[in-house]
Amino acid sequence: MNNKLFWTSILVVLVFGTILFGQFFVDPAMSRILAADPNLPPSLDYPLGTQSEGRDVLVVLALGAPMSLLIGLIGGSVALLIGTVLGFVSGYLGGIVDAIIRTIVDVGLTIPAIAILILIAASFPSITIVMMGLVIAFTSWMQPTRVIRAQVLSLREREFVRLAKLSGASNFQIIFFELPPNLVPFLASCFVNAVSTAMLASIGLEVLGLGPQHTHTLGGLIYQGIYYNAMWRGLWWWWMPAIFILVIIFLVLFFLSLTLDEISNPRFKSIS
Amino acid sequence: MSFRFLINRLFIFFLTILSAVSLNFIIMKITPQDPVAVLLGRMASRGSLVEGGEQLIKLYRAQFGLDDPLYLQYWNYISNLLLRGDLGYSLSYFPAKVESVILPAIPWTIGLFVAANLISFTIGNILGAIAVWPKVQKYIKYLIYFIMPLSAIPFYLMALLLLYLMAIKFHILPIGGTFRVGSVRGFDLDTMLQLLEHAALPLMSISIGLIGFWALSMRGIMAVLLGEDFLTYARAKGLRESRIFLRYGMRNALLPQVTALSIDLGLMISGQVLVETIFNYPGVGSVLFKALRTADYFVIQGVVLFIVVAVAFATLVIDIIYPLLDSRIRYKV
Repeated sequence: MNNKLFWTSILVVLVFGTILFGQFFVDPAMSRILAADPNLPPSLDYPLGTQSEGRDVLVVLALGAPMSLLIGLIGGSVALLIGTVLGFVSGYLGGIVDAIIRTIVDVGLTIPAIAILILIAASFPSITIVMMGLVIAFTSWMQPTRVIRAQVLSLREREFVRLAKLSGASNFQIIFFELPPNLVPFLASCFVNAVSTAMLASIGLEVLGLGPQHTHTLGGLIYQGIYYNAMWRGLWWWWMPAIFILVIIFLVLFFLSLTLDEISNPRFKSIS
Repeated sequence: MSFRFLINRLFIFFLTILSAVSLNFIIMKITPQDPVAVLLGRMASRGSLVEGGEQLIKLYRAQFGLDDPLYLQYWNYISNLLLRGDLGYSLSYFPAKVESVILPAIPWTIGLFVAANLISFTIGNILGAIAVWPKVQKYIKYLIYFIMPLSAIPFYLMALLLLYLMAIKFHILPIGGTFRVGSVRGFDLDTMLQLLEHAALPLMSISIGLIGFWALSMRGIMAVLLGEDFLTYARAKGLRESRIFLRYGMRNALLPQVTALSIDLGLMISGQVLVETIFNYPGVGSVLFKALRTADYFVIQGVVLFIVVAVAFATLVIDIIYPLLDSRIRYKV
């Protein structure tokens, strides 16, 4: 196993493990309105202080961070699933199917995802975590489709595909059983990018105040901070930790994607 | 590349606009409630009754012919938007039309976007190329490891951190807006300096991440390019290193970067929209934010359509001028 991949994996497990399991070490009741005195600076009782509604910021963070991650995972995996199926079908079959899928992808890529997301989020009175993940997936499957299609195009000409054809394998069998194992590192890298894109979109919506209303999220915490002028009132503990966690999440995803890129794309090895 | 490519590209452009408008229509139709009625109801319950609310509903129902069959409604909607360019009325500034709310914001957005992209495209690409170029000092090469991760930080998070650090904690730069309150504006140095001073933070928030983005991809492209024979040949000819770097290295490595620019325009403008809201910069992002807060549905729709059309148009332009940059590609007209 690649040394770099080993250390990156450890980093991923550490960071995401903390985020996922942190919620079990806090008392969810402290995230309710007026669970404590409002606007308290960090202290031993409230390590990250409280915000203006009297919620314990640390508890809100511990409950919100897994939710932000969850939206990213739902959005990323659904987008990758759609992208993989369409990319394989489009790249392998070619012809009219390919032309149609390619046109849809070209059109979809030009329409900024956030534009559609804002419209949808602004049109519905309330939105849940799962809904948000699915809506984000709906706007972000084109990029995976395009890159996977390009990979399949080059893979299609290899010897083993011809061999499979000669031994009487159907198109369906080749697309879904023969090709995918050869693309595992590449698909993994695609997945990380898709998760990152989905999280980026979800936090963007939340910062605009369009996130889920009945669940704590990191973006929602930042939005509240801006809304109640926390920055100007010197309540840095309200919004800064959420930004800090988000930056760490995005950095970890970035390094993971770089590492996976190096594995799936041997020509990059020469750089490092 | 041929004339067919041009036709195909124009087709995609119109299809994009049509899809965006259609999506708009579909979203409006599958929304559980009639947005206008809901909004007016919500406003009334908050005590801020919209002046001429009744009239607005009538106008809306008439304009969109809500009692017509669905296909006719769809046709009316599309022809109103695309043929007549009619975006409807603003709910917060009624009887102002949506266009009059959005149009003044457009120059600000485009100005910020072009400036930020020029800065980051230039700096990022040069840094990325230098990082893998042979015979470059070590410390410059290590600089890239600090710059690349910056591309992973979303613009708006960077914006919040910069705002706090540079404007609130230390009063180096103004917190937002465009001019000092009460200052006289004219075409003089002071006005320009004020503009620059106020644009500095939004510019930095966008550029820092983008510099990392361009440096990262340029590094990959240049690393592959280094093995090419024409560079060895240029060296063998005894050309100056700076000439080899610019004319032979950069010139070729920049081409895929231009393609990347056309693909990522949408992502960049999305990020900028959020940055504008943070600094209260008077672009379409701030218009959008205000519209979201007052639930001004048609203004939201207008901003979204503007973004889609702007990105589609810019992508079209880049794709069409691309062959002019790459002498290997020529249209056969």
